Amino acid sequence: MFQIRIHGRGGQGVVTAAELLSVAAFREGRHAQAFPSFGSERTGAPVVAFCRIDTHPIRLREPILEPDALIIQDPTLLHQVDVFGGLRKDGYILINTSRSFEDLGLGEFAAGFRAERLCTVPATEFALKHIGRPLPNAALLGGFAAISGQISLESVGAAVREKFPAKVAEANIAAAAEAFAFVTQALREAAHA
Amino acid sequence: MLKQIEGSAAVAEAVALCRPEVICAYPISPQTHIVEGLGRLVDGGKLTPCEFINVESEFAAMSVAIGASAAGARAYTATASQGLLFMAEAVFNAAGLGLPIVMTVANRAIGAPINIWNDHTDALSQRDCGWIQLFAEDNQEALDLHIQAFRLAEELSLPVMVCMDGFILTHAYERVDMPTQEQVDAYLPPYEPRQVLDPAEPVSIGAMVGPEAFMEVRFLAHAKQRQALDLIPAWASEFKRVFGRASGGLTHTYHLDDAETVVVALGSVLGTIKDTVDEMREQGVKIGVLGITCFRPWPTAAVREALSGAKRVLVLEKSLAVGLGGIVSNNVSASYHGSADDVYTVIAGLGGRSITRGSLHRIFAAATEGSLEPVTFLDLDHSLVDRVLAREREHRRSGPIAEGILRDLGVVAAKIG
Repeated sequence: MFQIRIHGRGGQGVVTAAELLSVAAFREGRHAQAFPSFGSERTGAPVVAFCRIDTHPIRLREPILEPDALIIQDPTLLHQVDVFGGLRKDGYILINTSRSFEDLGLGEFAAGFRAERLCTVPATEFALKHIGRPLPNAALLGGFAAISGQISLESVGAAVREKFPAKVAEANIAAAAEAFAFVTQALREAAHA
Repeated sequence: MLKQIEGSAAVAEAVALCRPEVICAYPISPQTHIVEGLGRLVDGGKLTPCEFINVESEFAAMSVAIGASAAGARAYTATASQGLLFMAEAVFNAAGLGLPIVMTVANRAIGAPINIWNDHTDALSQRDCGWIQLFAEDNQEALDLHIQAFRLAEELSLPVMVCMDGFILTHAYERVDMPTQEQVDAYLPPYEPRQVLDPAEPVSIGAMVGPEAFMEVRFLAHAKQRQALDLIPAWASEFKRVFGRASGGLTHTYHLDDAETVVVALGSVLGTIKDTVDEMREQGVKIGVLGITCFRPWPTAAVREALSGAKRVLVLEKSLAVGLGGIVSNNVSASYHGSADDVYTVIAGLGGRSITRGSLHRIFAAATEGSLEPVTFLDLDHSLVDRVLAREREHRRSGPIAEGILRDLGVVAAKIG
């Protein structure tokens, strides 16, 4: 089982991101379960959503306490929420920011994890460019596909098309594709550094 | 057809396949997505003929369902928590009148303190109202139980409540197999009422009955519910024949054959319990699970049979009989051949408190070792309770408990789960 925890703020589409991820995995023939943290849904309040992916039916209903991957939609949460809580040592971290782990003051922390599984991606910038609104969801899922290999970029696209009207979907897919390329390139550069 | 959709959307679609003719509902979390989904289907002309009636309260929702059902329409509504309490008088009336209404309860805690999260207090508060009460373990079963509910309700002329865990199921995206209209039509024939308000053959429904016959009417209600104990498994078998999968029935059993310890529970927590039991089985612990799908009528014989080999029984329930302990455990004790001292009550998950494998592992181990108290509150924060009790000892005007406990707790936004 592969478990993903997504941190964001109310209004950023954290729950939708987890749902899209589950649809992408389902389209690849796997079982997936997505659910929100059921906290207060006020705009701007910290929100968590979860997604489990497995080759078998998923019965477990507890929140994801030891994630294999973290997607952080808003870097300002780093100072407010224990976003890294329970992350496995071989886990993945994807943060929506144009800054690096070092710039975020996470250099020392990141050293404890596998470098090729950590990445930052300016998902909000990609969203503004392609969608015209600061909705980093699809871009982050594109980045997640690149860093984790758990789902393909095509499945992310198919999930987005299922959820949104054509025009909005295509803009989101363009943002996802750019994030996918960005993360792929960043990982390639890191590997050769 | 396999789909990856939200539990509420799956239920809305399944209810629509049952061709309800009147839907009336008042929105309340976490039921909202179900009735919104049905509203869209009616509005978009995909569910026709059907009238979606917006009402001003839950009391009106159930009252309209009663009127519609008495007039011969297949009627559906959904609610949760305070909404169910607000309609309580009409809920009893629907059962007393023998009207086959189907209602989803998206299980949620009852205030005060106000709390929108999941537990089973709402549905269990209505356990003696005369409705059949079915509890879904996952979204596939939630979907399937609605189809069975209409069949059962109309066969027995009794209302059926399908209970599904609020948020945990209603808001979870997971894989479901959505049946076809042909399958549902093959299982669920058009509604043929036993009693109907028909201008061509006028009758009245809802007579006042005095001491001379009230007991007899109530006896018939009881007899009918006991009759349902035969019909529910029969209609679950028929469901399996038509749809090709097992769903519903009175109980679900898991690894009971040689189990010395049996965990009894209702609803979605059964999944986490089964995963925990698998871990303990690998360590050689003889432990099994009894899931109660049908809570009313209470399946006395099925429970007794399932627990016949158990040395001890742990009832894990998301409900509390304040001043007694467990509600489900009280029912289980009455059906257990052994000593009531070997039935342990574990109150868990109240108001949405997470129930984790780790905590279940600890409590199940304690039960097998014989070190469990008769009534335990899973993961209770004793220090928080002690601070309130200390404050009450020290000050006469100790203030409201809920506000005080939140002050003691501080900021909770940083907590996950």
